[in-house]
Amino acid sequence: METTKVNAAFLCNYEVMQILQQLKDSTQKKHKREGSLATVTYETVHYLQDTECKKQNAQSIQKFLEAMKKFKLTKTEKLMMVNTPPRTELEIQLIVQESEERLSEDEVRKVIELVNEFLPPSEVS
Amino acid sequence: MFVLAEMKDVIRITPENFHQSLTESITTLLNRKLANKVVLNVGLCIALFDIIDIGHSYIFPGDGSSHTEVKFRYIVFRPVVEEILIGKIKNCSREGVHVTLGFFDDILIPVNALQHPSRFDETDQAWVWEYPKEDGEKHDLFMDSGESIRFRITSEAFEESLPTGPPGTECTTQTVAPYKIVGGINEPGLGLLTWWEAPEQDDGDENEEQENDE
Repeated sequence: METTKVNAAFLCNYEVMQILQQLKDSTQKKHKREGSLATVTYETVHYLQDTECKKQNAQSIQKFLEAMKKFKLTKTEKLMMVNTPPRTELEIQLIVQESEERLSEDEVRKVIELVNEFLPPSEVS
Repeated sequence: MFVLAEMKDVIRITPENFHQSLTESITTLLNRKLANKVVLNVGLCIALFDIIDIGHSYIFPGDGSSHTEVKFRYIVFRPVVEEILIGKIKNCSREGVHVTLGFFDDILIPVNALQHPSRFDETDQAWVWEYPKEDGEKHDLFMDSGESIRFRITSEAFEESLPTGPPGTECTTQTVAPYKIVGGINEPGLGLLTWWEAPEQDDGDENEEQENDE
C-alpha cells in the first residue's frame, strides 16, 4: 500500500458526520458491519454528536465561508471556526495566530457577529 | 481535524466474493484493512471516502483471486499542529492530563503545558489549577475526569509498531501507541470549558436577548 497524498483535502466535522451517518444507515440494512469499521464510526459519530456540527447544514457553512473571505484568514483558521465556532474575543485570539495584529477590534466583533448569524449556538445551553 | 488522504493499493479479491460487484468488494476490503488503524505519518483511518480509479484486474498462475490496483481517498483523523480541539479528560496522572476524543485516546497534556501554577492532588488524583485571586488567595480549579476540555495541539508523534502475532496466541510484544498527540492548555481560554464560560455566558445571553428583541 502506498500513500500518494497525505493531505488531499480538509474535511469539516459536519462533512465527516454526514458521511459516517450515511455509512451507518446503508450498512445496517444490508448485512452485519465489519468490526473495526463499526467501532470507529460509532465512536466518531458519538464524539461529533456532542459538537456543534450536529446543528449545522451545508448551506450555512458555505455562506459563512463566503462571508469570511474578506478577512485575511488561513484555511485552517476558517476550518477551526466552522468546527468550533468562536463566540467570544478570547476564542478568536486562540484560533487566529497573532490576531491582535491581523484583526482590528471591529473586525473581531464582525467575525463573532457572522459566526452567530450563520452558525448559531445550540438552543440547549 | 479530519483530512482526506489519497492512497493506492492492490486489492486481492478471493473467488468466493466474485458474486459481489467489484466496487462493493473493494469498499469492504479497504474498510476491513484500514478502518480504526493508524497509518504511519498519515493518521488514524476512519472510513473510505471514495474510489478514484479502479485499474485492470489480473489473475496470477496458481491463484484464483483477482488483483486490482485501486486509487482511493480515505477519511483520516489528523489534526493540524496548533489546532484547537475539544475533548474529555480521561484521567490525570503525575505525567499530566490524559484526554480522549472517544475514538482517539492517546492525547497527553504534559505537566509543563498546564495552566500555571498547577498542582497534583494525590487524594483526588486530579490536577488543580491554583488560580490566584486578587486578594492574594488561591482559588482551586479541579480538573476532574469526564469534563470537557479545550486544548491546543503542540506536537504529534508516530511510532512504528511491531507486528503482532496471529490472533489467539499470546505474543509478548509491548504495545506502544502508534500515534500520539501532545497538547497544551497554558494559554488564556484553554482548559476546562466551564472555567471560561461563567462570566462570558452572561454577556452572551444578554446580547442574544437584545438581538431577539429587535
